Parts: sequence; C-alpha cells; structure tokens
Amino acid sequence: MTSALAPSSADDPLAYRPVALVDLLDRVLATGVVISGDLTLAIADVDLVRISLRALVASVGALPPPEHAG
Amino acid sequence: MSSTVEVAADRPAPVAGAWLHGVVRDADPAALAVIAGMDGAPVRAVSAAGLVAVVSTAPLDEYGEQPLRRNLEDLAWLERAARAHHGVVEALARRGPVVPARLATVHTDDERVAGSLAARRAELVATLDRLTGRGEWGVKGYLGPGVATASAEPVGAGGVGTAYLRRRRAQLTAREEGQQAATAAADAVHAALCELAVAGRRHAPQDRRLSGASTPMVLNGAYLVDLVALSGFTDLVDALGARHPEIRLELTGPWPAYSFVAERPEPALTVREPW
Repeated sequence: MTSALAPSSADDPLAYRPVALVDLLDRVLATGVVISGDLTLAIADVDLVRISLRALVASVGALPPPEHAG
Repeated sequence: MSSTVEVAADRPAPVAGAWLHGVVRDADPAALAVIAGMDGAPVRAVSAAGLVAVVSTAPLDEYGEQPLRRNLEDLAWLERAARAHHGVVEALARRGPVVPARLATVHTDDERVAGSLAARRAELVATLDRLTGRGEWGVKGYLGPGVATASAEPVGAGGVGTAYLRRRRAQLTAREEGQQAATAAADAVHAALCELAVAGRRHAPQDRRLSGASTPMVLNGAYLVDLVALSGFTDLVDALGARHPEIRLELTGPWPAYSFVAERPEPALTVREPW
C-alpha cells in the first residue's frame, strides 16, 4: 500500500505511468478524497447512495505513518 | 452517520449489470478484446446513437447497490476497482477522446446503457469534441520545506512566563504568515495555469494521511491542456515553481480528462473556452 501511495513522477511528459491512488481517487470519485464525512455517489439506476467514508479513513489510519510522528 | 439509501429502488434484480468505464465515438472490437475490465475479463461495447459505451459485465452480487455500498468502504476493494476502472479508461484514452465514467456507474442492463447514450447523445458528443487533442494534467502544490509549519524549535521548559508566550506567539505568527504566503502563491499559480489551459479546476487538497506528503497541500489543481501547448504548459509549471519558492509544485499526468466531464460543474470550475 505504501508503494501504491507513492507520488507519480513526470520525467517523460507523454508517458502514462502508474499513478498514486490518492490522485486517482480525486478523479474517479469526482469530489476528491475527503478525510471525513460522507460521499454521495450517483450510481446509475440505483439512485443516490450515500457512502460513509469512515471505514476508508479507518483503513488509511491503520497504515504506517508516512513520516515520523511528532 | 450510517449509510442510507436516499431513494429506495424497487425493481426486479438481474444477475449481472454493466459497469460503465467510458464513452467513445467508436471502438474496434479487436482492440476492446485485449482490454481487461473489472474482474480481468475483456470489456465489451454497447453501441447506440452513434456512440459506444465501453462496459464490464458486473455481477450484481458484487456490484449491485448493497454490495457496492459495503465494498466502496473497503480500501483494498476500492483500490482494486479504481485501478481496474482507470486501466480501461486509460487504454481508451490512448486511442482517442473518451468521456470517463465516474467510479461505480453501474447500469442494471445493457439496454439502460444504450438508453442513456441516446438520452445524453448531444452532451456526450459535445464533450468528446471538447476533449479531442487535449489531456488532463495535475499540478499539486505543497507548503515549501522551508516554511514553518509547526514549532520550529522545542519550547524550552525553562521559558519563563512572558518570554515563553512571546516566543510561542512569534512561532505561531511565522507559521500563519508562511501558510498565508503559500495560499496566495497557490492562487497565483492556479490563475497562471488557467491562462494557458483550456480549463482548470481545483480539487480539495489531499489529506497528508492519504498523500503521505511531508508538508500540507495548498493546491490540488487539474488542467485541460491542448497537446500542442503541452511543452509550454510544463515550462510554465517549472517557471512558476521557481517564481514561488514558498510552495513546491508537482506535476502529474497525462490523465484521461476525468476532471472535465462533470455534468454539473462545481463553482470552483474556471473555464476559458477557445470559442
């Protein structure tokens, strides 16, 4: 997971390359990754579904800290 | 707050739905056959109204409303789904313009996919035209490493009353000023990039727990750029980075134009249309 969250780089501006999950979620979830609160998804044909991001945040919180806590 | 369904959907449940990846003008079936979709199986085309929706077959025991609600809260599932979806959208974007679908756009059957292509045809065609020859780039700005973000030095335990308070206040002031300067720099960078881009918008800054960055994010911009203007754009990012040492800029991309297909653009969206 740590590597998945590593920043992407852009040495070759036209090359598609592995992307950081957080950058990807900003885009595919359209609203950006908020750390608290809920996210409303418009799932086609199933109307509006409100997703709680608490579990997502809890999962992220369980990751090893990216820097020394302090 | 617990998850709630805002409007109950009450209709017979088919076994498999269609997870929409994106809409393109046309697609070569042979090319789609080598693109792996949600569960590794090849994606397929649903054609209607002169457009092609590229979909994955989505068993509703995993991708139906209830399972989705549960699965989207599971970070490992969410990452798998996001990367699988992105893999398809990116493969399509390499071949030409694509209107990417938001994550978890699941139709209960192909007929509904076809129906939405027909219903939204004019808008989809206009978006595909607008995206042709353009790509999305991300520019993130972080508070510069030299800017005070917290107590730069440990407050001595021996600090006496007013001396301690004065020192503490000075630290807080420096921190505030650093953040204000970084915020102003972020605004200036975004404005300058919007001048060169076809369109620009700002996503919410990423939380450091998610980004793993060592300093707070002050800019999370996305820019739709003409491919012919790309080198000018990347040069401008470099120049702006040099002009604003109070923030550190990071360029990502190219991205499929996820940030520029919103049905209802957010207020933050700034668009400079070429026509």
